[in-house]
Amino acid sequence: MKIFVPRDMAAVAVGADRVAAAIEAEARARNIPVSIVRNGSRGLFWLEPLVEVTTASGRIGYGPLSEADVPSLFEQRFFDGAPHPKCLGHVDKIPFLARQARFTFGRAGVIDPLSLDDYRHHGGFKGLESALSLGGVGIIAAVKESGLRGRGGAGFPTGIKWETVARTPASQKYIVCNADEGDSGTFADRLIMEADPFMLIEGMTIAGIGVGATKGYIYLRSEYPFAIRMMQQAIGIARHAGYLGASIDGSGAAFDIEVRVGAGAYVCGEETSLLDSLEGKRGQVRAKPPLPAIRGLFGRPTVINNTITLASVSFIMAEGAKAYAEIGYGRSRGTMPVQLAGNVKFGGLFECAFGVTLGELVNDIGGGTHSGRPVRAVQAGGPLGAYFPPALFDTPYDYEAFAKKDGLIGHGGLVVFDDTVDMAKMARFAMKFCAIESCGKCTPCRIGAVRGTETFDKIIAGIEPERNLALVRDLCETMKFGSLCALGGFTPYPVLSALDHFPEDFATPPLRHAAE
Amino acid sequence: MLHAIQEEFGYIPREAEPVIAEALNLSRAEVHGVITFYHDFRREPAGRHVLKICRAEACQSMGSEANAHRLLERLGLDWGGTTADGRITIEAVYCLGLCATAPSALLDGEPVGRLDAASLESLAMEAA
Repeated sequence: MKIFVPRDMAAVAVGADRVAAAIEAEARARNIPVSIVRNGSRGLFWLEPLVEVTTASGRIGYGPLSEADVPSLFEQRFFDGAPHPKCLGHVDKIPFLARQARFTFGRAGVIDPLSLDDYRHHGGFKGLESALSLGGVGIIAAVKESGLRGRGGAGFPTGIKWETVARTPASQKYIVCNADEGDSGTFADRLIMEADPFMLIEGMTIAGIGVGATKGYIYLRSEYPFAIRMMQQAIGIARHAGYLGASIDGSGAAFDIEVRVGAGAYVCGEETSLLDSLEGKRGQVRAKPPLPAIRGLFGRPTVINNTITLASVSFIMAEGAKAYAEIGYGRSRGTMPVQLAGNVKFGGLFECAFGVTLGELVNDIGGGTHSGRPVRAVQAGGPLGAYFPPALFDTPYDYEAFAKKDGLIGHGGLVVFDDTVDMAKMARFAMKFCAIESCGKCTPCRIGAVRGTETFDKIIAGIEPERNLALVRDLCETMKFGSLCALGGFTPYPVLSALDHFPEDFATPPLRHAAE
Repeated sequence: MLHAIQEEFGYIPREAEPVIAEALNLSRAEVHGVITFYHDFRREPAGRHVLKICRAEACQSMGSEANAHRLLERLGLDWGGTTADGRITIEAVYCLGLCATAPSALLDGEPVGRLDAASLESLAMEAA
């Protein structure tokens, strides 16, 4: 009988390896033959380690487990799907999962990530087949029709980017996958690579055929050791099976992928600095134009897309552009994997159509805070995203709607804070983070972030707060309009949103004391 | 290449710079520039164990900063510091992607989540 125990980094962080070992030992002691499949995570992280068994009526889950639960699980015959205090019933029916539209994450946690048979059995390579029969022009038309926009944060239409690369003549073109998922509160790229790595390989291959590129790179951050191992193994398996190499699936088209590991620089998630880093240099931002689509990696036309974007292409090509474009909100078509993180009761990945409100995501789906205290702020879109107060919870999850509220969706992360948060500290942190991670190329970011941190130190110490707050606002203007990339340009989002929505945290110390 | 050197030696020795420059036909300044740009590359040997504690927002929302400061105080270290006996180095990391099981850390490459002040401390103190 099959027992699924996730090998996902977050599941292992909370003891999945120990649970797997305990199940194996217990089964041996009781002489019960079991085969343990190390699947990826379903993304229901508050239930990890989440162990699943197959029954005639579907998969039954148990969690969150520790090794201490294992003897009683065997006692109750959990392998037959029997009741147990930790039994969650059918995993597909857990409301958090049942309410999702799992387009891109449909296989996550279901399959053995390194089994090509599992992948094919669950619709894998259907997109590649259709891409091979459509050819470059057809692929780009389909991606355009789907309305897919870059999921890294900028939201640029993917089809147009691909078309630019396809139309730029060159002897060599590249596909680069941006897997430098550095935003706090995000883990969707990690989940794709650890739970369904062939989907990314398939998406990159489709991109290669689409624009006429034969070589792909995955720029993967060093903070993700599990994803690095998984991608390297999956690429080896795909190559061995003829899905990568000189003739993909016998089509005559060539494409291959290499993993390149980052070295802890947040700014390398910015596309041009990523390209410099990939070339072995300091990860410094390049001025645009020229666009990477015209002169990218090693000066050649390059498609550089986020991991989710490339993975979504597999679904679009398999199920059709219409199926993807049909759902969504305004100009944001398809689904977004929203990542609920931080001080949240039900933390995990929630893939849904655009248009759901921020409040529904945080309160209904996320269940409010983990601490049980009131939600005070939600940072949307990573360290460069705005802090939203509950008063703005009616904002629909959509690129344009968030922009109208001076915020951004970014890479889909939502970090929840309870009422113990000190927003002056968070605003200072945003500046400090920018100072630590600045690539140093442009002045507003390199110097501005350092001066911004110092100014916040004065504000927090109660030194001329009014004058210094005005100075910070002025500095934010300069950073917003004068920076070369989003690091300096977007740091004002968390800073200004903290100032605008939580002014009471920036009052002088005696006042703050009175307010408490 | 730099990753491989750090893997082998635990840090990137200064003496390696001219050797790399020669092999890649670069100036020594260029090599030095790359090494010092990235947070991952160490210029000094680390302790026998390396504990990377996440300092990003999601972990902060679950109290990571207070836990980390308590630990650093107990060890008498600052971020990036190594204990006098060379037992452990404490480094900051900005996001491990374990944001729904925060606060998290990485001890010698092994992830640990849902840490509190006590479990973080025992993690750091018990690594022999």
